[in-house]
Amino acid sequence: MNEDVHEGVNDEQPPQRGTPVGRRVFLGTLGLGALGVVAAPRLQRGLEDFLGGAADKDPTGLTGLLPNGGGFRYYSVASSVPRKNADSYRLTIDGLVDHPTTYTLADLKALPQTRLVRDVQCVTGWRVPDTPFEGVRLSRLLDTAKVHPTAKAIRFTCFDGTYTESLTLDQARRADVLVALRMQDKDLGHSHGGPVRLYVAPMYFYKSAKWLSGITVTDEVRPGYWEERGYDVDAWVGRSNGRDDEPTS
Amino acid sequence: MSLRADAPAGVRRFSPTERWVHRTTAALMGVCVLTAACLYVPQLAELVGRRELVVRIHEWAGLALPVPVLVGLASRAFRADLGHLNRFGPHDRTWLRAALHRDKRPASRPAGKFNAGQKLYASWIAGATLVMLGTGLMMWFTHLTPLIWRTSATFVHDWLALTIGIVLAGHIGMALADPESRKGMRTGSVSREWADREHPLWRP
Repeated sequence: MNEDVHEGVNDEQPPQRGTPVGRRVFLGTLGLGALGVVAAPRLQRGLEDFLGGAADKDPTGLTGLLPNGGGFRYYSVASSVPRKNADSYRLTIDGLVDHPTTYTLADLKALPQTRLVRDVQCVTGWRVPDTPFEGVRLSRLLDTAKVHPTAKAIRFTCFDGTYTESLTLDQARRADVLVALRMQDKDLGHSHGGPVRLYVAPMYFYKSAKWLSGITVTDEVRPGYWEERGYDVDAWVGRSNGRDDEPTS
Repeated sequence: MSLRADAPAGVRRFSPTERWVHRTTAALMGVCVLTAACLYVPQLAELVGRRELVVRIHEWAGLALPVPVLVGLASRAFRADLGHLNRFGPHDRTWLRAALHRDKRPASRPAGKFNAGQKLYASWIAGATLVMLGTGLMMWFTHLTPLIWRTSATFVHDWLALTIGIVLAGHIGMALADPESRKGMRTGSVSREWADREHPLWRP
């Protein structure tokens, strides 16, 4: 830095080193970042309210791209997911049951439908309030298939070819666990896991496997895709994964 | 020193080490931005899928992002330029005021080797990168921090990512608008006229 002093001797610039503004900006940015983490819960609530309101009046859909701009985020673990429609979709129930069954989309639609309106909570933090899901109670499908007394759990498989999920038999028989055909009062689209996905209302949303194609009754819990990668198997909202979100169901 | 005297056509602006630091940092930042887009923008996420792989690439590119700068600290030229970027003189205030008033006349934009805008950008992006690294690590190694922090870290990471994206676009946009400035970063030297016009107080 001594060169600066010597060079500064010529004409316009006074020969001084100047204020270390750069360092202050650098440290200030770090400080703001730390402050942001500390203040995040409060900031996030305020922003969600604001953006949720703005998203309702936003015809461009750009608010949906903002962090916590309201709405769902698309996560897929597979490289590509085949599309299934009313003709090609099948849901099989097998494993420890008396009557292994295969349902078409029409079969599922013909069964009594249950509509639930709950918040959706993702383990990564986003939450979508008051989201209607509609479909067949999983317990009904299990009863129809007649589960063996030795059975303990369910393994779910998906036609993306990769994703898997699990529930204990007791969890699966809850009244707020659906084989969902509709979301937000519309038929489930492909990007939301349609035509049929699992909906486990009281648990973090990774339990609600998209593109559901197989329900296998097993004698023990086999951890699903994310559960093998560190997520909790019993994923109750607010009581697992180290989070304290308000329960959803 | 003799090099400069031997090359009258150009003025030496960046050493090979500095250009290497910039290039690798830019590449790593590019990987971070692209993978982030594939994780975040629904249309791209649908197109690319493979979430676990994309997350891994994003994490490792982010972890490596500060490394070129840290390695560059071994270079005297790089450290000297960090000094230039750090120190603000009275002319930087003049430059910033002109920038705020959209005054583009060269006379009202005095600058040394780096103008005030470049200095602010460098300091801010360095701080922002470390905030991204810190919050990223909190999201990655959730068991190292109190778990409630993960949501907070995600919140800061998301919003800062958006801000960095915009600022970075500005940085690239300005480079695209100034071929001679890009040549300085690509070849290490710039024309005397450009240096006199854009950086009149720079005494290389």
